[in-house]
Amino acid sequence: MINKKKISNLTKDRRSFLKLTTTSMAALGSAFAIWPFIDSMNPSADVLALSVKEFDLSNIEEGSSKTVKWRGKPVFIKHRTKKEIDEAREVNLSELKDPEKDEDRVQKPEWLIVVGVCSHLGCIPLGQKTSDAKGEFNGWFCPCHGSHYDSSGRVRKGPAPKNLQVPKYKFINKNKIQIG
Amino acid sequence: MTKKFKNKTLEWLDYRLPIFSVLREALVDHPTPRNLNYWWNFGSLAGITLIIMIVSGLLLSMHYVAHVDLAFDSVEHIMRDVNYGWLIRYIHSVGASMFFLIVYIHIGRGLYYGSYKSPREVLWWLGIIIFLLMIAAAFLGYTLPWGQMSFWGATVITNLFSAIPLVGDNIVTWLWGGFSVDNPTLNRFYSLHFLIPFLIVGVVFFHIIALHKFGSNNPTGIDLNFKQEKIPFHPYYTIKDFFGFGIFFIIFSIFIFFLPNALGHPDNYIPADPLVTPEHIVPEWYFLPFYAILRAIPFKLLGVIAMLGSIFILFVLPWLDTCKVRSCRFRPIYKQFYWIFIFNFIVLGWIGSKVPEGHYLIISRICTAYYFMHFLFILPILGMFEKTLPLPTNIFKDSKKK
Amino acid sequence: MLKKIFFILFTLFFFIPNSFSKEDVKLKKQNWSFQGIFGRFDNSTLQRGLQVYQEVCSACHGVKRLRFRELTNLGFTKEQIVNYAKTFEILDGPNELGEMFIRPGEPTDTFVSPYKNKEEAIAINGAYPPDLSLLTKAMKNGPDYIYSLLVGYEDPPNDFELPDGLYYNPYHDGSVIAIPQPLYDEAIEYIDGTNASIHQLSYDIVNFLSWAAEPELQKRKALGLKVLIFLIVLTALLYVTMKEIWSRIEK
Repeated sequence: MINKKKISNLTKDRRSFLKLTTTSMAALGSAFAIWPFIDSMNPSADVLALSVKEFDLSNIEEGSSKTVKWRGKPVFIKHRTKKEIDEAREVNLSELKDPEKDEDRVQKPEWLIVVGVCSHLGCIPLGQKTSDAKGEFNGWFCPCHGSHYDSSGRVRKGPAPKNLQVPKYKFINKNKIQIG
Repeated sequence: MTKKFKNKTLEWLDYRLPIFSVLREALVDHPTPRNLNYWWNFGSLAGITLIIMIVSGLLLSMHYVAHVDLAFDSVEHIMRDVNYGWLIRYIHSVGASMFFLIVYIHIGRGLYYGSYKSPREVLWWLGIIIFLLMIAAAFLGYTLPWGQMSFWGATVITNLFSAIPLVGDNIVTWLWGGFSVDNPTLNRFYSLHFLIPFLIVGVVFFHIIALHKFGSNNPTGIDLNFKQEKIPFHPYYTIKDFFGFGIFFIIFSIFIFFLPNALGHPDNYIPADPLVTPEHIVPEWYFLPFYAILRAIPFKLLGVIAMLGSIFILFVLPWLDTCKVRSCRFRPIYKQFYWIFIFNFIVLGWIGSKVPEGHYLIISRICTAYYFMHFLFILPILGMFEKTLPLPTNIFKDSKKK
Repeated sequence: MLKKIFFILFTLFFFIPNSFSKEDVKLKKQNWSFQGIFGRFDNSTLQRGLQVYQEVCSACHGVKRLRFRELTNLGFTKEQIVNYAKTFEILDGPNELGEMFIRPGEPTDTFVSPYKNKEEAIAINGAYPPDLSLLTKAMKNGPDYIYSLLVGYEDPPNDFELPDGLYYNPYHDGSVIAIPQPLYDEAIEYIDGTNASIHQLSYDIVNFLSWAAEPELQKRKALGLKVLIFLIVLTALLYVTMKEIWSRIEK
């Protein structure tokens, strides 16, 4: 009687072990099988290859700025004047919503490079053209909800929570940068 | 009221929306004949393939461009740049072949065991409708890569409609949206190719509802009257179906990873050129038997009618087969004719890949004639004269049971 | 008995197609490293193949589906690729003045085709030299066929009337082909010093073209092996589980 019970317990154990192994293998397989489908929606090889791009700075004069397209977004390249640099550096950090030193936002003081997308809801701020409104802080002004940015691209007023983002870039030579 | 679920939330939800109890009835409790053999695996296999086709197709559609100038390039973009794009595309293209292979076997099983007979005629009809929708989806989908075979296949098949008297040419122009297969055609084919799988899903639901009304047929073909003859679907047939999936995935993977283009045609890697026709225009293998029937008849209209008739005749099959016994097991003479029919169908497929000249043409005519003879003469007459073997009273008395 | 007859018919049937089909010229089958389930490309032959393409084929044929950046798969370094890409002129634009301009190639650019379009190619050559990117996939037995074609030029038989401007090649449809023999012994000098026999040149270019047509091949087969092993184990487990579950009622 007892023996019989023991045997049935053993088969039960064996059964549940088998079931567990098979189920976990199947689950593992399904998880792996799903990945290619998910990954196919990530940026493809050609998109990734274009995510690093070089730009020429030689024809941007001091005091002017240029908008270039990088990863489908506008990037503001601003050749700053001495006055603009000084303005940006004189600001007391405690006044800022998103405190960042101007020195930390540029590699060369005369070149400010920021992604031209308002940190509020993704509009493109004005201020690139000479005729544009530049906002109260002589930088950029976002017309969507009235955010003001200074000459370092930092938010000074309005609903935007963050400064204009500085992309990863490096100077290849004096007149050429690589963004990305 | 008795509770159906232990889980309170589930019970609450199911009380208001009884999908869980319906699912449980269909996939867990459903009483199923205990003597089903592996040929009964192909229904669930067709189901999983349909799901795989829809998912892979959906992801392909995120990268594909339905424009004559870009379609071919976008497919190559998928193959070369999209992460695992090659895998998804090969799953989809090989999957189409697999889907047909499975469905052909599924239909063949139905024919062998008489699954189309009363009271399962509507179940059978729904199956034929699914098959017709699959043909449409496969044809439309094959056009999308816009290779040479895509283009010329589309041209040849759409031209069949010109066989319709009086309005034929107008219909063809309407199908094309122009005066040849061109951008408007590609666009509408893409749109319809996207739609049809969901129609198939809908018909599959009806197919399952009709199936569960009387339950599965079984290898003996007899009606099951005893409770002991049936077992719950879960776990017995769920695990058996999963084992079937395993075997199928192995075969599927061999094709996807090692022979991805073996079932396709090399010409489709040449971009479509409306000014150059490939030497032989051959449809994919799964259309070959019907293509052979089409070409066996010298008059265009009759050829088209014969080709369509070869499928539509299946709708009346339950009445053409006058024998009351379902399973071939107990019909010794029909069994032989069944295999001859299958062989004849395969020969038709082989002929379909050949240029219809000389003895090929003669063979194709004999085979076509036999195809229709089988349904129109052999089956009705056989039912009247064949001496069937005695049927077991229940499946436990079935001598062939192991 | 019946089953036997059926299977005899069935097997016969699979032999018939071969005996019926018209006498095809036998291809010169080669041992390609990329065939079979463990198939892999060999970088040195791919690199030589690129050189053959560059120095011979590219005069008339493009490989427009290849990008310079993909040459990393042939074992070239990033720097080599940047330098190689620079040797090409790419039409880009429009610039700020609205004009198209020529710039040196970058790794992200595609290989430059020799002709602006099909029409120009036909106007110059009389026939269209096809783009080679997918050639091995677009032919039955692509690699062997192209190899045979390249080494298969010969003098026409005496009774053969060769049309003007065409060349005799038994491997091509109708035995005539519009392209003159492109590869000869020592047609080019290999950078790596390999003896440039016509066999070697043809072998290398076919390897390169096979890679160009199926750059995913190596990844595909490697992944396929893993998937197959996994599936076989899983299916075996499913089988055992199935037997276990069914043993409850099969008495």
